[in-house]
Amino acid sequence: MSIVDLVLDTGFFAAAVRLAIPLLFGTLSELTAERSGVLNLGIEGMMLSGALAGFGTASATGSLWLGVLAAIAIGMTIGAVMAVLVVNLRLDQTVTGLGVSLAATGLVFYSYRLGFGESSTPPSITPFSTIPLPFLSDIPVIGQVFFNQYALTYVAYLLVPALAFFLYRTPAGLSLRTVGENPQAAAAAGIDPIRARILALVVAGGLAGLAGAYLNLAAFGSFTFGIVSGRGWICLALVVLGRWNPIACAAAAVLFGAVDAFQLRLQASGAVDLPYQLFLALPYAATLVAMILNAKRAVGPAALMQPYDAEHR
Amino acid sequence: MRLVARPNRNSPLRDAMMPVAAVAASLLICAVLILLAGANPLTAFGIMAKAAFWGKFALTETLARAAPLILSGLAALVALRTRFWNIGGEGQIIVGAMAAAWVGALTSLPTPLLIPFMLIGAALAGAALAAVPASLKTRLGVDEVVSTLMLNFIVMYLMQALLSGPWKDPVTGWTNSPSILRAAEFPVFWKGTRLHLGVLVAFLAVGVVGVIMKRTTLGLSMKIVGENPRAARHAGLDVTRVTLAAALLSGALAGLAGAGEIGGIQFQVIASISSGYGYAGIVVAMLARLSAAGIIPAALFIAAITTGADEMSRQTGVPFFIADAMQGICLIAVLVAMTLSRYQIRFRTSPERRATP
Repeated sequence: MSIVDLVLDTGFFAAAVRLAIPLLFGTLSELTAERSGVLNLGIEGMMLSGALAGFGTASATGSLWLGVLAAIAIGMTIGAVMAVLVVNLRLDQTVTGLGVSLAATGLVFYSYRLGFGESSTPPSITPFSTIPLPFLSDIPVIGQVFFNQYALTYVAYLLVPALAFFLYRTPAGLSLRTVGENPQAAAAAGIDPIRARILALVVAGGLAGLAGAYLNLAAFGSFTFGIVSGRGWICLALVVLGRWNPIACAAAAVLFGAVDAFQLRLQASGAVDLPYQLFLALPYAATLVAMILNAKRAVGPAALMQPYDAEHR
Repeated sequence: MRLVARPNRNSPLRDAMMPVAAVAASLLICAVLILLAGANPLTAFGIMAKAAFWGKFALTETLARAAPLILSGLAALVALRTRFWNIGGEGQIIVGAMAAAWVGALTSLPTPLLIPFMLIGAALAGAALAAVPASLKTRLGVDEVVSTLMLNFIVMYLMQALLSGPWKDPVTGWTNSPSILRAAEFPVFWKGTRLHLGVLVAFLAVGVVGVIMKRTTLGLSMKIVGENPRAARHAGLDVTRVTLAAALLSGALAGLAGAGEIGGIQFQVIASISSGYGYAGIVVAMLARLSAAGIIPAALFIAAITTGADEMSRQTGVPFFIADAMQGICLIAVLVAMTLSRYQIRFRTSPERRATP
């Protein structure tokens, strides 16, 4: 089997979309935070918390949708904590975000052990099944790739134009972007930058939690300690690649879903006799290369990483 | 809610007490977590303290575990002082360890040169890896937060690929690198313990970094670049070179941490050669308030948490992950404490809100 054959069927593209969706939710989350001027390094911890909250709730109640809600709620809560730290207290965004991710990771592993013990067979749930959309799924090729997916995937499809519309076509979106570019000017125009950034972080948290929930409620069906393993960090890079634009970010996420699907196929096919870890490194290496190629054109919000102090103008 | 600057902003006593307050606050939060696990927090902390400090074995183990944390903390300190966001400590420790393991297994090298070359090789490897995000940042403007994070994963998987490929034991199939030569194992200062040369290297490095930061032009330039790059440029400083120098120094220190783990503890590369030391270094550096002298107590504290949590988990059944949670909570607590030592919090609506109708 040649490498070209690996990617030339609808199964591959459907897998690419499936793997892209958590990255897409995560990227839109990071985009929302960064557009308000906050770099959210807590995203890795938020995604992991969402994954455990979703899985724990779903296995306790038997309802996958309650799991999704719990994941969104825990993400929003951590987003609010992050907001108090970096917006109200004006702590350094990089180190604080890292601290939030470290603390959340430790707490998630701790709670998992408390809740599920140390069993040798990890508990699992029956994940969401795919729902073929009427008519749309009958389109040759495209139908099976894009329209025979999970309900959450369709939510993600709708979220991309919705966020783009919000950012570029509504007054609130303009306010958010202004706060990210120049919070002093925004304040002079009657916008409260503090409030805008808090809201952005809470929404970003909810989206990151949703990304985590997707990983085990739709993609894997069980919780493992490595379930997120750097996907949050990849979203940080995807925002740069997508140049802080929702549509371009979605394209970047799909591209990286494809890279991920490709490495899985390559691993499974045995077409290349190399240690499988080399393939696992592929998405990260591709991210780095893409960032280098894109470096000159990527210019983020001007006030990114700058705390806003109402008293200093 | 808003922050108001305290009238006397420079209070050395308050500054010194701040990490203590942060640690106390995190212990309190962890006490709640331990209660949730159904154990008595006081008993649990007692077991931790005893396991970390009581007796020759406990104490030397904590010191040995503090060594990579000291070096990784210094690496973070140098980078953060210069505002070069090196979150790549993890990857730099791993390449340092791989370099040390490779040099340490060379039979062609004269025996007395083995250990010095392991240290030099590890420092060079760490510095070389750190040079990548540093030059990407200074040349192309690639954000180093993301690039260092990506490199951590790339290096980790490359190491695992080596371990399950060329380095795999052909007989047993174990995924550990070949052991280093007997002569390459670091000397131990106290028989029967793991108090090895790498611990001494770590303590010496504290002195060296302290002198560099306080007494040299380079150290001063790094501080200026970190506090205000625009002013640094106006003052005629070569910001690019200072950033590169800081990154190289930071990477070299992290690389040395890897060498210590190979020469003094593991004697071969194993998949978990650096289980989070790179990230823990940032916690150590912040707990030390970015001062070299503070690195030692901060690293000892984090080392004590991990050695103590092992034993405490065995005895009480409280999950070991309390140690991970504690590191993150400590990091946040110390950042909050740092702000609170300079500002007061006032809870009321901000002035401009009252001004707008």
